[in-house]
Amino acid sequence: MNPPLIETRALRVSIGERTVIDRLDFSLAVGERLAILGRNGAGKSTLLSTLAGLRQPAGGAVLLDGEDAHLMPPREIALRRAWLGQFHNDPFGSTVLETVLTGRHPHLGRWDWETPNDARLSRSALAAVGLDGMEKRQIHTLSGGERQRLAIATLLVQAAPLYLLDEPLSHLDLNHQMAVLELFAATARDCGAGVIMVLHDPALAHRFCDRALLIQGDCQTQCGTVDEILTATRLSELYGYQLRQIDDAGRRCFIPE
Amino acid sequence: MPTRQRALLILLTLCLLAVGSFGMALMAGSLRVPPGEVLGALFGQGQDSAEIVLQLRLPRAIAAFACGGLLALAGALMQVLLRNPLADPYVLGISGGAGVGAMFALMLGLPLLAVDSLAFAGALGAMFIVFGLAHGDGSWTQTRLLLTGVIVAAGCGALVALMLAIADENRLRGMLFWLMGDLGQSTQWWPALLALGVGLALATPFARELNLLARGQMQAQALGVAVGRLRWVIYLLASLATAASVTTAGSIGFVGLVVPHLVRLAAGNDQRLLLPASALAGGSLLVLADTAARTIIAPQQLPVGVLTALIGVPVFLFLLSRQPK
Repeated sequence: MNPPLIETRALRVSIGERTVIDRLDFSLAVGERLAILGRNGAGKSTLLSTLAGLRQPAGGAVLLDGEDAHLMPPREIALRRAWLGQFHNDPFGSTVLETVLTGRHPHLGRWDWETPNDARLSRSALAAVGLDGMEKRQIHTLSGGERQRLAIATLLVQAAPLYLLDEPLSHLDLNHQMAVLELFAATARDCGAGVIMVLHDPALAHRFCDRALLIQGDCQTQCGTVDEILTATRLSELYGYQLRQIDDAGRRCFIPE
Repeated sequence: MPTRQRALLILLTLCLLAVGSFGMALMAGSLRVPPGEVLGALFGQGQDSAEIVLQLRLPRAIAAFACGGLLALAGALMQVLLRNPLADPYVLGISGGAGVGAMFALMLGLPLLAVDSLAFAGALGAMFIVFGLAHGDGSWTQTRLLLTGVIVAAGCGALVALMLAIADENRLRGMLFWLMGDLGQSTQWWPALLALGVGLALATPFARELNLLARGQMQAQALGVAVGRLRWVIYLLASLATAASVTTAGSIGFVGLVVPHLVRLAAGNDQRLLLPASALAGGSLLVLADTAARTIIAPQQLPVGVLTALIGVPVFLFLLSRQPK
């Protein structure tokens, strides 16, 4: 049997002196989707960048395909997972197509230039996020939502089997939020990709993920299926705000009281 | 993003520009040498003018080309390293350190070799101070590096001003010329040219990784760049390139800031093309500027730094004003 795409063993994550996550064990199999929810500052993004091998864990280990991420060269990691950050700032000008093409970097040798095939992959990734026809645009002229979708297209051409998404819906309008979630759901279903995403909307997390991980910020975490974890009781406690739960045809929504 | 063919074509054009600038430099001067005689001199058919071309003008033109290339290369690297379009080779205090060393030697009236050695020692000193302080807590962020560099540069500036204030009157002129950049005092051309070759050879393999670094550290790391090691290499390369240039010709301004921007504007921000193209363009620009510096009011010479700045300021202001498209 294949090892899980990603697995943590007694993972500890600290922000400065403060430990926010301790003894976290979970694994993600092919085609699975996991939502991470928690309050601001609880350590969601820090956990995600630790999972991506961008930060050293304060303790324990992150295994990608059964190998310790901390011992892998960055390029090897980049072939196994794609990471979407929260912030994009671009001090230098660049076109949309040039930006998407950066996603091909781990697939190219040191002296290689991007091939027509890379350009073709990039164009279809742009089309997948609804940015087709904008290849020549300068990234400075994009709106926040378009810039976010461009970052997602860059992730798609990286073509890694595991996606780590930090607030993939930020700046997106409603139809693009749904389109992006559908896109990753389809990638998980059809290509067997694993998806871990930090989300703020428990209803969308319930609809588009198989499992959820709640992060309390004080080393307490709960992980389980969305039906079991995303309940009004647990979420009210997590956010410190009373929520009412409404179930409708297998979907759930939460209304703040 | 240019294709490989287009990149080679642009580089070829710039090579022709470089050859042209050398031609100008070898012909122009108080004794005008016609092209035929320049070629004759280069290929060993000695005429009267051959000595002027080979002994005086050629070494100076090579030194100018190497320094201009080094500065433009260092500028392009610093702009990526600090992710700041306004960075130049001097922003991290390397020329300040070299300035302190050179001013000290000039103030005491030491020979030229000592001036060069102390300038190089000063540049290395500033480089290690900035690196040590900025690296202190292991975070080594761009902001911290930039702030440390700017502060060290300010400190060096104060020391230079102090030495200028207490220096002997008849040594002031030489000191001022050094500070503004002057190729007339360069003793050797080969160290700078060697540094340019080595610098380009070491930086080019990392060019695509630099494209990613310019987009952000985390972003680059996520796409498989060993960011820590890369930033180390780039910092050292850019610093040593600057030190080599400043030691050879003093702190010539604006080449390192303006040339990468000019190339970016003309050919895009792909470092695979930008680095060699900047080196060629910067070298050619400085050869032309130096030729102008020694011919405009000949036999008197202007410090070449004044000319590059006079050309650089309006060009840069023009670029800035048309930036938001």
